[in-house]
Amino acid sequence: MTDAPKRTPLYDLHVELGGKMVDFAGWEMPVQYPMGIMGEHKQCREKAALFDVSHMGQVILRGENVGEKLETLCPQAYAGLKEGKARYGFFTNEDGGIMDDLIVSNGGDHYFVVVNAALRHQDIPHMRANLNGVEVTEIFDRALVAVQGPKAEDVVGELCPAARELKFMETTLAEIGGVECRISRLGYTGEDGYEISIPEADAIRVSKLFLAHDDCEPAGLGARDSLRLEAGLCLYGNDIDQSTSPIEASLSWAIQKRRKEEGGFPGAARIQKELAEGTAKKLVGIKPEGRAPARQGVEIQSESGDTLGAITSGSFGPTVGGPVAMGYVAADHSAAGTKVNLIIRGKAQPAEIVALPFVTQNYKR
Amino acid sequence: MATYYSEEHEWITVEGDVATLGITQHAADQLGEVVFVEQREAGEEFEKGGEIGVIESVKAASEIYAPLDGEVVEVNETLADNPGALNESPEGDAWIYKIKLSDASQLDDLMDLDGYKALIG
Repeated sequence: MTDAPKRTPLYDLHVELGGKMVDFAGWEMPVQYPMGIMGEHKQCREKAALFDVSHMGQVILRGENVGEKLETLCPQAYAGLKEGKARYGFFTNEDGGIMDDLIVSNGGDHYFVVVNAALRHQDIPHMRANLNGVEVTEIFDRALVAVQGPKAEDVVGELCPAARELKFMETTLAEIGGVECRISRLGYTGEDGYEISIPEADAIRVSKLFLAHDDCEPAGLGARDSLRLEAGLCLYGNDIDQSTSPIEASLSWAIQKRRKEEGGFPGAARIQKELAEGTAKKLVGIKPEGRAPARQGVEIQSESGDTLGAITSGSFGPTVGGPVAMGYVAADHSAAGTKVNLIIRGKAQPAEIVALPFVTQNYKR
Repeated sequence: MATYYSEEHEWITVEGDVATLGITQHAADQLGEVVFVEQREAGEEFEKGGEIGVIESVKAASEIYAPLDGEVVEVNETLADNPGALNESPEGDAWIYKIKLSDASQLDDLMDLDGYKALIG
């Protein structure tokens, strides 16, 4: 990518707060602030943290039967998604691989979709080409801010009482600081919290209202990555991609029963076959026994030295207090409790397959 | 006692024929919070430019490169249990190795404090 990185509506705030800016998927984003990744991570687990996620694509879909039409691209039951509800899902390709993961919300007279930053250029034409009769509008004039953590309800609720009434995966329009925002009770940290779509002209002012709360501090992409990894949540491009199926990625929970039975989405043949017969490999949690982090690409071997797969995400988990990882292993070695070796810089380091997540998810159901 | 600095952001303090080696505060600040240090064992010999350990922060792994030829005579074992000391006192308690220099003339290739300050701006 040779273009200069783009800036979100919160860029000036990041600089003012001392954010260390890096290029991420073509966007100039804060990887951390002066508090540091560990502190920001713990801030989110213990109190509340504010993240700029404006680099993600926000899309409005309008038309007849949008939910039904989305079912032709996604294995989720979006036709039955009630107004005011949001649902995690993914676009699948004809081979049953994952094109991108996304969140779809039913806003009543429209659907609101959030896709990954790096795949905006793919997803929006994909929807335009395949959702016949649906008006697909990419939003460029709104920020997206995540307020996450056990105190997020207080931070957001003190400014917007309607936010307190939402349950996990519910969404509404409401005023914050005199401006209408879309507030959705969801996120990607494993904690309770909100993602809030704010008109760009008001984005810094509203973010500062959140940050004025004693329990809310800014956090960058570094903490966002360690938080989602501890929460066992997949990162597109690391843990899932065009070749991995949702069943291999242990995402069958995100495909509703009717869709599993009926099919009718791209790659249904492979996905239904894998649901019935299992897969050759499986995405699992991996806990190294020592202190050395196992990074993306590290080979996973059985105790007898056979190659089982590779780490797809690995780092230090500040809440766990040690290294944590996810990766694909041969299905016959995917049971929790299985001992494996990780080949880190040429040396075998013992590790164990564990159930995900590494930390208990703390959603308000 | 004299202190020398390398372009790889290490410091070396020489006392007699034994030198103490660590990373600079600037390097520690750039790495971010250190969560793991992989060290060589006492008795291992190394050559200038060779990898003599790895420092891992939350974000990434960074190799330590030998600024000159030598042999590890002592390892700071406190770093195994307290890698975060590398952020707090990288130029003090959190030294990494004591080494025996093979060729003291190689010190001439390193920088003094003023030279290092000019390097990091």
